[in-house]
Amino acid sequence: MKATTQESAPLRGKRIVVAKPGLDGHDIGAKVIALALRDAGAEVIYTGLRKSPTHIARVAVDEGVDAVGLSILSGSHRELVRQVVDELRRLDAGDIKVFVGGTIPADDVEALQRLGVRGVYTSEQPLAEVVRNLARELG
Amino acid sequence: MSAPEPRRLAPPQLTQTSASGIDVPVRVGPEAADASRIGAPGTYPFTRGIFADGYRGRLWTIRQYSGFGTAEESNERYRFLLQQGQTGLSVALDLPTQCGYDPIDPMARPEIGKVGVSLSNLSEAEILFRGIDLSAISTSFTINGTAAIVYAMYLAVADKLGVPREKLTGTIQNDILKEYVARGTWIFPVRPSMRLIADTILYSNDATPRFNPISIAGAHVRDAGATAVEEMAYTLANGLAYVEELKRRGGDVEKFAKRLSFFFYVHMDFFDEVAKFRAGRRLWARLMKERYGATDPKAQHFRFGVVCGGSSLVAAQPYNNIVRVAVETMAAVMGGAQSIFTCAFDEAFQIPTEFSAEIAVRTQQMIAYESGIARSVDPLGGSYFVEQHTDRMEAAIEAVMREIDEYGGVIKAIEDGWLQMRLAERALERKTRVDTGETVIVGQNHFRREDQRNEVGEVFHLDPNAANRVLEKYQRVLDTRDAAAVEKSLSRLARAAADDGENLMPYLVDCCHAYATVGEMVSTLKKQWGEFQEPVHL
Repeated sequence: MKATTQESAPLRGKRIVVAKPGLDGHDIGAKVIALALRDAGAEVIYTGLRKSPTHIARVAVDEGVDAVGLSILSGSHRELVRQVVDELRRLDAGDIKVFVGGTIPADDVEALQRLGVRGVYTSEQPLAEVVRNLARELG
Repeated sequence: MSAPEPRRLAPPQLTQTSASGIDVPVRVGPEAADASRIGAPGTYPFTRGIFADGYRGRLWTIRQYSGFGTAEESNERYRFLLQQGQTGLSVALDLPTQCGYDPIDPMARPEIGKVGVSLSNLSEAEILFRGIDLSAISTSFTINGTAAIVYAMYLAVADKLGVPREKLTGTIQNDILKEYVARGTWIFPVRPSMRLIADTILYSNDATPRFNPISIAGAHVRDAGATAVEEMAYTLANGLAYVEELKRRGGDVEKFAKRLSFFFYVHMDFFDEVAKFRAGRRLWARLMKERYGATDPKAQHFRFGVVCGGSSLVAAQPYNNIVRVAVETMAAVMGGAQSIFTCAFDEAFQIPTEFSAEIAVRTQQMIAYESGIARSVDPLGGSYFVEQHTDRMEAAIEAVMREIDEYGGVIKAIEDGWLQMRLAERALERKTRVDTGETVIVGQNHFRREDQRNEVGEVFHLDPNAANRVLEKYQRVLDTRDAAAVEKSLSRLARAAADDGENLMPYLVDCCHAYATVGEMVSTLKKQWGEFQEPVHL
């Protein structure tokens, strides 16, 4: 891991769950993001594959995280993100911020934002931008 | 979504290393090529191809990966592709089918029909292949965790249609090792999975001798971030693990090795790709001959299919992807591929439309019949640079294989999560090189317009009612099948699974004939074997 100065560690002190909801097995994007967030100073909890929305929300609450990052490449993002957001609210953890990455058609971004998602990223977004956006959103 | 900020990168330079990190001299002379290592086409060590007559004897199979929604919709798309001159089917299955969940399962519900067709039982297979002559067309299934079950279902549907099993041609991917590393549709732990794969191969060698019961695939680790060198090295290492398992089960290398096939990605570094295939073909032949004593040339043959596109395609200026796929297809042909799948230009972000799918097929037809590059076998053979690059790729591939050996072999590397971690690090490196502009992606990180729009025209929309129709059909099967026959076939399967000496294939075929579902068969096996515990440490 890189040395963390304030400059290079904009996410220091933040705890983030990186999760793979549903059955999609393409986990390299989630792992790359997890490594990048860690390099930026965050403490990252990676769930592994095939987790239910209920499980992910439960982990987020138990670990007291600031944010949940959901990686979905199977086209099921609308259903799965809604389920995770609902589950977080049900657990009275609606303040945990939700971010989404993966194969997300531009037409679906607005719908995800309406669900309360704070950032939607595709593989083409530079990692530095993702980190900057998260640092801004997580204050 | 926050729009990517405009980046002002220095203009790119031509580098002196290839995408795989191989040194590329500016000039290469005759001293670089060792003629004694090349050989003739169709002759050991097959550097120049496995057939003496190249594509003149037989063109590669044009095989587009396709499937979505219900069996009815996919059947319609297959018939469309066959009418356009496609010569083989490639079935994309949805994630519930791939991971062994019935559509009714809560985990399955959001994923029904999304990335492929839902195939939960024999009645769906009957619809999927309606009006398609299975004795005349080869069918490839990208299926791994449930490969044995889907293969059993294909046998059962052939039985129902009256097609003799020995006439069936096609491929099941059936390569579980790379699922643990990069693709994620594993179900059972590594060791029982290896047994199931040996079962399918040994059974298939007798029952369907023209069928490829495995396609050892490097494509997915490649698309996830491995270099071309690592892709080939991991694939050959996995291939050797299957050979070892088959030998342990008493298989005859002269027999089973003839039906092993391989599958790779082709990305944009043209000569890395050509050299990768030439080097892999030579290496595999040598391993089969020298390490395992295979004497029949067919048991030394390295037969492979490819996919062009994948993560080399981007959403930025998507029409540029048509050109990328054309370049990659030419590399596949220069490398001697037996089957080619060309991604559609919009495949990086949606299921292709009929329009984009047709361009992808036409690309192959233009390269095959207009460009003339397929006329002479291995036309780059003997090029000073290509032969040197092939030698260098081969040495680099062997070095990675040695690293895996030194770690303790692929199975240990996977169970420990070592290979997965290595791949994640490599993916991060690749991403960082793209972000900094060191790796050029035209229209994305270089040569990007300030006012750029990435629209593709037609957008593919899945029928939102497809999932409901799948669920209705599923319920109808449960209501109408002979429940006692299902119960009996599943309990026989359970008993066979408990005995390592049994081949499970006949039991799975019986289950399929009884209309047992994929989920039921998987649950039965899970009870016996448990599930893979994914190492998630990063």
